[in-house]
Amino acid sequence: MIRFLKRINVYELVRPVGQMVLFSLGSAAFMSAIAISLALALDGTAVGASLMDKYNVSLYTYTMLNLPQVIIDGLTIGFVYAAIALGYTMVYGVLEFINFAHSEIFAVGAFVGVELLIALDGMGILAGASLGMAYAYLILAIILGMMAAGGLAVAVERVAYRPLRGASRLVPLISAIGVSFLLQDVIRLVESLTSGQFNRIMPTFGNFDSRIVFGKIAMGTSKLTLGISVKSIIVIGSAVLMLVGLNYLVNATRVGKAIRAVAQDRPTASLMGINVNRIISLTFLVGGLLGGAAGVLYALKFTRIDPFVGFFPGLKAFTAAVLGGIGNMTGALLGGIVLGMLETFAGSYMGVFTMGAAGSEYKDIFAFSILILVLIFRPQGLMGKHVMQKA
Amino acid sequence: MSTRKFSVFSLMVAASMTLALCGSAGAAGKSIKIATQSPLSGDQSVIGVDIKRGAELALEQLSGPLEALGIKAELAPFDDQANPDTGVANAKRIVSDPAILAIVGHYNSGVQIPSSEVYHSSGLVNISPANTNPKVTTRGYLEVNRIVGRDDVQGVVGADFAKSKGVKTVFVVHDKTAYGQGIAEFFKKKAAENGMKVLGFEGTEEKANFDALLSPVVAGNPDLVYFGGMAFQAAVLFKQARERGYEGMFLSDDGFDSSDAAKIGGGTLIAGGGTYYSTVSGPASVYPGTAKFLKDFQAKYNATPQPFAAQAYDCMAISLKAIENAAKAHGNKVPTRKAVAEAVRALKDFKGITGTFTFNKIGDPEKALYFVIQVESADPSKWSENKIVKTLEIAPPQ
Repeated sequence: MIRFLKRINVYELVRPVGQMVLFSLGSAAFMSAIAISLALALDGTAVGASLMDKYNVSLYTYTMLNLPQVIIDGLTIGFVYAAIALGYTMVYGVLEFINFAHSEIFAVGAFVGVELLIALDGMGILAGASLGMAYAYLILAIILGMMAAGGLAVAVERVAYRPLRGASRLVPLISAIGVSFLLQDVIRLVESLTSGQFNRIMPTFGNFDSRIVFGKIAMGTSKLTLGISVKSIIVIGSAVLMLVGLNYLVNATRVGKAIRAVAQDRPTASLMGINVNRIISLTFLVGGLLGGAAGVLYALKFTRIDPFVGFFPGLKAFTAAVLGGIGNMTGALLGGIVLGMLETFAGSYMGVFTMGAAGSEYKDIFAFSILILVLIFRPQGLMGKHVMQKA
Repeated sequence: MSTRKFSVFSLMVAASMTLALCGSAGAAGKSIKIATQSPLSGDQSVIGVDIKRGAELALEQLSGPLEALGIKAELAPFDDQANPDTGVANAKRIVSDPAILAIVGHYNSGVQIPSSEVYHSSGLVNISPANTNPKVTTRGYLEVNRIVGRDDVQGVVGADFAKSKGVKTVFVVHDKTAYGQGIAEFFKKKAAENGMKVLGFEGTEEKANFDALLSPVVAGNPDLVYFGGMAFQAAVLFKQARERGYEGMFLSDDGFDSSDAAKIGGGTLIAGGGTYYSTVSGPASVYPGTAKFLKDFQAKYNATPQPFAAQAYDCMAISLKAIENAAKAHGNKVPTRKAVAEAVRALKDFKGITGTFTFNKIGDPEKALYFVIQVESADPSKWSENKIVKTLEIAPPQ
């Protein structure tokens, strides 16, 4: 037992947690600083006056009091993006190609998990489940979603990418886009045939919808409730667990060493006796597992899914991967958190800062403008090239 | 060669036998079609399928008088997928089929408006069971009619109801469609006139993550959150607002009138200040004439009708009656599309199951009913038992 414990590389367990805390705090502090300085600058203008008229508080107070909630929301969606972004970045690290079908692999994970829960709900098992059992069912759904998505990712690689490995770089990319459309319509077909309806709704069970309230803050004439819903905690917690696990796998195990070797130099790795095809399949499997789990967590958080549910989270996660430096795992984590924060800050404050002229509907424009700026000044992404190894 | 001749001969025999069969039923074998367009797949198919079923049921029960004239009417259902492009593409197919004499349809105003341009260009009459955007009729087309109320009135009904509930502050959200944004703007205008403070007016196409949008909503803690749009978005928004601690009242429009709302929102719709929606179509059971319809619908489809199914029944009934009148005026021949369109407008006090209809000169019913309904149960199967808290009969604005 002690020998087993000794073999655990504690450093590789602590380091990613440290990174996550650092990135979360850093991006939160950075975004808050921007929001607060904007608020101070605009407080004396018509913007401040209009807010005073509607909410009875100064813009500065409003911004400060809303900060904690906005940061929590940003972190929740940020970790979901990070978990999906890792799927893109791992594949890119190993094969230098963008797996655009990853968003549908995410969607399949979500559908498998939700269908299982709907079936359990239909049998009346969920309604009467105790709290412990509710969590057990949720974990079962996540695992099933992971298995389906992981298996699908491996199958897609075997069928649609491996035969094209020698071809020019654009060919597998087109193949990936094709697979993405195909999978969307397969989900649509299967759902239409079996349930007659292809938007599915996550059943309500357990205590996931309830909310842990930290306290109420008086703001002007109204009261703000500060709290976090149980499902947000589950989303963040599971994402952190998965990210730590993945980091450990890649950086502290023999398999991880093989993945890194294949990423650095495929021909040489194969000369050293590494089965390159198996390692590539494994990379897809790991990416799919993460994507599937993220899918079920996404459905848990946002309730409703349809066959196109993967498109936007997939696009944003890809953006996050590029923002952080594609091919770099730490970068994907940072990119996900930063993008989630950016989007939530923009969506929450833009309406107030522009007196309702540009509300939360423009949050994506804002987030993607930042991406363009980052790429102009740092084409390799935030973390690209800093780290020598990829994957 | 001889076998070929024989097959041609046998075909002719078969054809003449078919004619004879038809002849025995009426004067001659003339067949026409009446099309329906509604979302039969996708998010809004729950409602769309029942619009088709309502029309189907009416055709089955009420096509007797036409058959007596020797005209056989068939149903031609089309799926517009709640998508304007699909609706227009279908419309082109519909107008190119000369057998189609009328179209019952569209659930979404955003789909009906461009599609009806196509109907208008070829003189095909359209009777709408559900489209409430003012623009549906204000273009003044002879071919376009509806049997329900209008958004500019529905928004006002919502704002007046909010005032009667003592609402002082409101946050308005809409879905950026012709329908949702239109109704939200009418609501906002009337709410401001009624002395309510409008804390914000936001459009969103988001379907899942409303966290960012909800920050200013929850921060203002308004007495009421109004959503102009469809249930599949509204219910998710309402649910997430409750999860973030909002305890006030929700109000939406007739797009919210779908049992999917209860499926998504569940108990969050009942909690706090409760959830209300204004609509141009009460549950089928509130109309005095629908008892038989409810029974027949249940018997045929083994389901309670969704909103607008009874209206679709009436639209089909009006189409059939207009075709019958036009045919009689043309010596029992199949009438032209123009004659049918004129016959629809010429109907006076047509008794349907959801009301008595006379169309004004732009195609609005002369009096329309508006309801405000409260969500009573978190159980989707009890959606049609929601309680009507207010009923109004209002003439359309001129």
